[in-house]
Amino acid sequence: MTYLYAFLVGGAICAIGQLILDFTNLTPGHMLVILTVAGAIAGGLDLYEPLLKFAGAGALVPVSGFGASIARGALAEAKRMGILGLFTGVFEYTGMGIAVAVFFGTLVALIANPKS
Amino acid sequence: MPAKKLGRSTVKFASPPIIVGTGTVVGPVEGKGPLASDFDVVLPDHAYGERTPEKSETKILEQAAKIAIERAKIEKSMVDYYMAGDLLNQIISAGYSARQLSIPYFGLYGACSTCAMSLALAGMVIDGGFADYVLVACSSHYQTAERQYRYPIELNIQRKTTSQYTVTGAGAAVLASSGTGPKLTHATVGKVVDLGLKDVHDMGGAMAPAAADTLLTHFADTGRGPKDYDLILTGDLASFGSEMLKELVRDNGVELGANYRDCGLMLFDTKSQHVGAGGSGCACSAVVTFGHVLKEMEKGTYKNVLLVATGALMSPLSCQQGESIPCVAHAVVIEA
Amino acid sequence: MASEKAKKQVSNLPHMTQASQEEKRRQLAYKELVQKRKPRPRYLRNVLVAFVVGGAIAILGQVVLEFFKSRGLDLNAASAPTLAVMTLVGVVATGLGIYDELGEFAGAGAAVPITGFANTIVAAAMDFKREGWVLGMGAKMFIIAGPVIVYATLAGVAVAAIKFIASP
Repeated sequence: MTYLYAFLVGGAICAIGQLILDFTNLTPGHMLVILTVAGAIAGGLDLYEPLLKFAGAGALVPVSGFGASIARGALAEAKRMGILGLFTGVFEYTGMGIAVAVFFGTLVALIANPKS
Repeated sequence: MPAKKLGRSTVKFASPPIIVGTGTVVGPVEGKGPLASDFDVVLPDHAYGERTPEKSETKILEQAAKIAIERAKIEKSMVDYYMAGDLLNQIISAGYSARQLSIPYFGLYGACSTCAMSLALAGMVIDGGFADYVLVACSSHYQTAERQYRYPIELNIQRKTTSQYTVTGAGAAVLASSGTGPKLTHATVGKVVDLGLKDVHDMGGAMAPAAADTLLTHFADTGRGPKDYDLILTGDLASFGSEMLKELVRDNGVELGANYRDCGLMLFDTKSQHVGAGGSGCACSAVVTFGHVLKEMEKGTYKNVLLVATGALMSPLSCQQGESIPCVAHAVVIEA
Repeated sequence: MASEKAKKQVSNLPHMTQASQEEKRRQLAYKELVQKRKPRPRYLRNVLVAFVVGGAIAILGQVVLEFFKSRGLDLNAASAPTLAVMTLVGVVATGLGIYDELGEFAGAGAAVPITGFANTIVAAAMDFKREGWVLGMGAKMFIIAGPVIVYATLAGVAVAAIKFIASP
């Protein structure tokens, strides 16, 4: 059942992104920032947690989940070790993804060239 | 008024320069389009054996120039001036190609209007008696333009309905004071027109007012109308820009009929090839005019052609700073 | 061709000269015309494709998430490796030259998932390496992903701080 919810929620977040692209003059960069910041705000207010529990990867995989993960990391660490945790926790959940992108991205850039 | 000038901004050449040789090179996508058989060289891929797309653009520009000189049956040393331009910062493709050609060089920037701009200037230089042979050339490249004006090439981006596809290619022509071939009879130099549009995904819409302005000026200066030409050609307005142009000239009582076409739409099969609203770039009007139209004139399909090449003069920097898009259009008349 | 709306918008600009008012009127009228005539995107098709493709990528993410959960990680602990694996998927698809095609087809369906975020990093890396490994690739790798991380961090820290101070 979680798979269905993941599909519906993940699809819905992407559909919102598409509506932003088609109905405004904003670039994809702007659209990604809007969704991520929305996710970060929801995550910082502990509002993204229920959506994650409900839809799993459907809420985690879109960039809004990335933003929420940043805020959730900051909040969780702050609760654990005080105000400094806000800064140490920022990349708690997302740091691994960024490191993977940088490391394997560089590896790919070493061997592959832009095609089309 | 100067002896060879008509009206506000048109010149009529006293002894019209002759186009004695042309060279065209196009990329792989253009090579699958409806005009493919008209071009001298079709590239197998965008890289063309070079390490960077910028080097590949320089290479095709140089190649087109060399073919044009060869076709003109002259020596490189006989060419008085090389006039060239492209879309990149500091027009590097033109500059680097001139380094190889070692012909006295004028670098031109008119964005996608460069083709008509260089023809107009070459005509003035030859008719003025300052040269016997002038080589004009311009190029554009999908990958170099994409990198400079838009996004990294492999980025996931969905085209807008009015987005255009930058033509990979280069077109060159040798103009001479005497010889046989199609003649350049008039040139109308355009003003910069800016109606305040800012959407970088809609170049056609932004450039249409400049094209309309130059077209109407040309008709007013020469006393001609659309019916006096077998073919009226715009450079790269694509589907939406052409519609807007027709609308704008209609407001001024000029009707563009079946003899009006756009190079960006002729070069591709816009239905089956994924090129958005049509082609764009300096090479768009150059390869269609030098490759296709001149061949058709030779066959007798067209007697006289009016080419209006449009260019958008913004940069990514000016757009990010919120400036609108200034545009220009230059027109030249070619007669068989 | 200046429409009523354009005339009205201009008439309250008394500081402008007659000529520049006329120019402004022409600009507004043309902008209006372009707005009216510009071909619309295929809204329904685009949204449906974005929904289905984005949903499909989420299902793939769910498979990965379930795998890590089956290894005994809770939702929070499993989310980091899931994001990492999905990022890797985006990296590989970009290297193979297929992610930009998916983007052209699916729009936000390809851009919004974390795979698309990875694509922005790798595409920039591949593209700018020709200007050198340091000032090209190194400097420009985050040309699109950078702002996302910057604003997510700003918003995340600020909101988490407020929440933390309000209810520590």
